[in-house]
Amino acid sequence: MNTIEKLDNEQIIKLTEKRQHPDFSPGDTVRVNVKVIEGTRERIQAFEGVCIARKNRGLNSSFTVRKISYNEGVERIFPLYSPRIDSVELVRRGDVRRAKLYYLRGRRGKSARISEKTTGAAGKAAVTERVEAAAAKSAASAAAGGKGSTKRKARRAAAASGGGAAKAAKAE
Amino acid sequence: MRTGILAQKLGMTRVFTDDGEHLPVTVLKVDGCHVVAVRRRETDGYDAVQLGSGKAKVKRVGKAMRGHFAKAKVEPRRRLAEFRVSEDALLDIGQELSPAHFLPGQFVDVTGTSIGKGFAGTMKRHNFAGLRASHGVSISHRSAGSTGNSQDPGKVFKGKKMAGHMGNRRVTTQNLRVVATDDDAGLILVRGAVPGSDGGWVRVSDAVKRALPKDVPFPAGLRGGKVEAEPAADAPTDAPTPEAVPEVAADTAEDKKD
Repeated sequence: MNTIEKLDNEQIIKLTEKRQHPDFSPGDTVRVNVKVIEGTRERIQAFEGVCIARKNRGLNSSFTVRKISYNEGVERIFPLYSPRIDSVELVRRGDVRRAKLYYLRGRRGKSARISEKTTGAAGKAAVTERVEAAAAKSAASAAAGGKGSTKRKARRAAAASGGGAAKAAKAE
Repeated sequence: MRTGILAQKLGMTRVFTDDGEHLPVTVLKVDGCHVVAVRRRETDGYDAVQLGSGKAKVKRVGKAMRGHFAKAKVEPRRRLAEFRVSEDALLDIGQELSPAHFLPGQFVDVTGTSIGKGFAGTMKRHNFAGLRASHGVSISHRSAGSTGNSQDPGKVFKGKKMAGHMGNRRVTTQNLRVVATDDDAGLILVRGAVPGSDGGWVRVSDAVKRALPKDVPFPAGLRGGKVEAEPAADAPTDAPTPEAVPEVAADTAEDKKD
């Protein structure tokens, strides 16, 4: 192994120690939690969309996430090992037959959908993952008691009270 | 003025810092950078150290150079380079420089030989705009255009930018920040690009246009910690090469330090 590869691998090990991303592939819907620094304050901003490409180049690996924001297609390329990425959540596994989904760029709405993967090892894993996650969530909310649930209830009430309010809640 | 270091460019990669930034870095390897000779004002008219870097096969080194290395009791080196130093920063022959010579965060100048581009036209060599793609231009889309006026002055001025050889010359990139140094692996990581191709030899020295940090090792960052007085007596016993030893033994009598 040459010295530069060795350096890169050391860095990868160091960076993956801190955070491990789930195994996702093109077609999957992911939520990327990005650390944003505003002045001195740091907060986390989520970017949720379809992963349309992954580039595997060791430390220089990256992935592209595409979403439609206010009727405008937005793509962001994230370095896979960037410390600015707080975490990546796998929302939904997609069933696609391409490694690069650039064809989605020319599509809108119905034709830009990706059906969910339910077959195969990855699909089954996704299903069980989701069941587990749901169970864990309900358990956690039960453990947390009234606090979380009241919040949710309040939000739901707000959503029910008017269409505009519901939209605002969704935008959040 | 401290000496620089003779290093080999390995290539580029990136570094993610703890606060989330990413830096493009060039990796430079310091592979056995020894002092092979010292120039002194009394004998040579100037103060400098000659450094040798990289390992050379003994059989590929000429007899004259072999003698030169034997005199310094240093294994034959691939590359030699002189660095002018102030008188108080002179080093002893045989001392080895380490990457710890430079501190992370300090600025350095890196000199190398740029990648040769051969005979290049004006568009590539001097960023000329070329001629238009249409509107009557024929065959000369990448030509230089006019080179000056007519009968007055009746000549092309000296220094007119024209096509010619590009690259393969000595280039210095100034004020590159040292990101990290690795003493064990012999590496210096410098932010940004460095002239030359991967595997090329570069001179790394303190930036001339930036103030030197106060805690930088002086006269030099040496391998094996402190500066040792020249151990002339026990040098042959721990001489680095077995090959060099016999010649050294013969030479030592005359070549004791002046």
